[in-house]
Amino acid sequence: MNATATEPTTPPREQDEIRVAHRSHPAWWLVVAFVALCVAGIVKMLFTNPNLQWDVVGEYFFTQRILKGLLVTLELTVLAMVSGILLGVLTAVMRLSPIKILSSTAWAYTWFFRGTPLLVQIIFWYNLAALFPKIEIGIPLLGPTLWSGDSNAVITPFVAALLGLALNEGAYMSEIVRGGIVSVDQGQHEAAVALGMRSRRVMRRIVLPQAMRVIVPPTGNQVIGMLKSTALVSVTSTSELLYTSQQIYNQTFQTIPLLIVASIWYLIVTSVLSVIQYYIERHYARGGRRELPLTPWQRVRRSVGSLQGRLQAVGEGSKR
Amino acid sequence: MTTVAKEENTQQGEVVLRATGIRKRFGALEVLCGVDLTVLRGEVMCIIGPSGSGKSTLLRSLNHLEEIDGGRVELDGELVGYRQRGHKYVTLPEKDLAKQRARIGMVFQSFNLFPHMTVLQNIVESPVGVLKVPASEARATAMQLLERVGLDSKADCYPRQLSGGQQQRVAIARALAMKPRLMLFDEPTSALDPELVGEVLDVMKDLARDGLTMVVVTHEMGFAKEVADSVLFMDGGVVVERGHPQDVLVNPQMPRTQDFLSKVL
Repeated sequence: MNATATEPTTPPREQDEIRVAHRSHPAWWLVVAFVALCVAGIVKMLFTNPNLQWDVVGEYFFTQRILKGLLVTLELTVLAMVSGILLGVLTAVMRLSPIKILSSTAWAYTWFFRGTPLLVQIIFWYNLAALFPKIEIGIPLLGPTLWSGDSNAVITPFVAALLGLALNEGAYMSEIVRGGIVSVDQGQHEAAVALGMRSRRVMRRIVLPQAMRVIVPPTGNQVIGMLKSTALVSVTSTSELLYTSQQIYNQTFQTIPLLIVASIWYLIVTSVLSVIQYYIERHYARGGRRELPLTPWQRVRRSVGSLQGRLQAVGEGSKR
Repeated sequence: MTTVAKEENTQQGEVVLRATGIRKRFGALEVLCGVDLTVLRGEVMCIIGPSGSGKSTLLRSLNHLEEIDGGRVELDGELVGYRQRGHKYVTLPEKDLAKQRARIGMVFQSFNLFPHMTVLQNIVESPVGVLKVPASEARATAMQLLERVGLDSKADCYPRQLSGGQQQRVAIARALAMKPRLMLFDEPTSALDPELVGEVLDVMKDLARDGLTMVVVTHEMGFAKEVADSVLFMDGGVVVERGHPQDVLVNPQMPRTQDFLSKVL
């Protein structure tokens, strides 16, 4: 560096490629050192703290009970999320409808389910039998009962959990979908209508596909949030991942290692979900930018390619 | 008001669109105060006037994009947007309204192409989805139209990869793909860089030569003078002067028209 500074400043020749040198920031090294120390401390703790009982973690990681719990967690996530998204799209479209009764019904739904804690809702559904010992389906106050059943038989812990998660999720998705729909330029609607499309087609073919670019990123967050919210369901003794771990450590008192087992599984699944989210976002970016962002694999190939190029250049240089 | 002038090619006098006494208000502001117009088959009508004069609102009321507060619009003698029941107008069901709109092409100032579809998909979307034209046939028609607007090489591009002028030409092709009875142009060149205006006007001149019925809201006086069969000058929600472009644009009778033209020419 000193050498370049003392050299007489000659303007670069025109055919020379301009190289941009990054300025050095000495303070950054302090930050790097601090972070490195913290990481080292954590790693040392992970290896040396005997209370972590890694052997127990390894022992339980792939046991059938844990895997079964994981499966229930995934089932709950998928089912609650799918019904949440459907509910969300439905209520968002209702909310934007010019028909007052539809929009206010949708508003009330969102208001109620977003305004009460999810945990309370789950416990509430779980204890529904205390409120309605029998469930009857028919026209309220008037008509004949079309179907009836015993609450305790219908609302199993799994159904209670699913109801709680899905209804709550629907309220959040409703707001996300509404935001997406509103973000699409009004001109798109006008152009579609002027081409003779009816509003359902306009929504399905023109507005929703464009709204997806706004809807997908927060929905990805919601899926990841949902995966973790399923842990709340452990209060209804649904044997999902956390409740299964709890059941095991209540017998063996190996609390920490089993919580680690559950946490690692949650981490693995959320990581996989993040990757899927990346590709879905990329899909809906079509037409949004002039060029699509590279996939991670394309990025690796490109950087390997440029590294090869540089190595070759260095090799040729040294031959001379 | 002066009488409507007719060119030779429109003299057979088949009325495509007739609007009578169109009124529209936004809150307290009356934007259209009883406007009449008649468009004959093959006629090119240009609507000019200062901004805020109500010309775009008038155009948008012709295909019921804007609900009107008074008067009536008839397409081929059929009431647009409403059904008459005794002395009352009842809004048409969406299905029938969509059918009417499909017969009226529209080109917007801001193009409004669908950004998530390729150029070709933009053009075939409505013929296939609304008119139920077989996909292969729609694609062939779309390619012909793209060739006509000089963009057949861009069929697989996305709108954002095109210049403004190219996007507007695609938008014209998209509207033409519905084989409309007439086309409405809402300031089609106002959002374009000056050097791109010509390519869009050339396409429109070409369509006019082929006898397409067109109603064009525009600030391009040169285009109006060259192509229009009739010119309508609007100000303050009323038609101030109308007639042959030579009369209205070169020899305007009304002081308001003279004043406006002295500013823009």
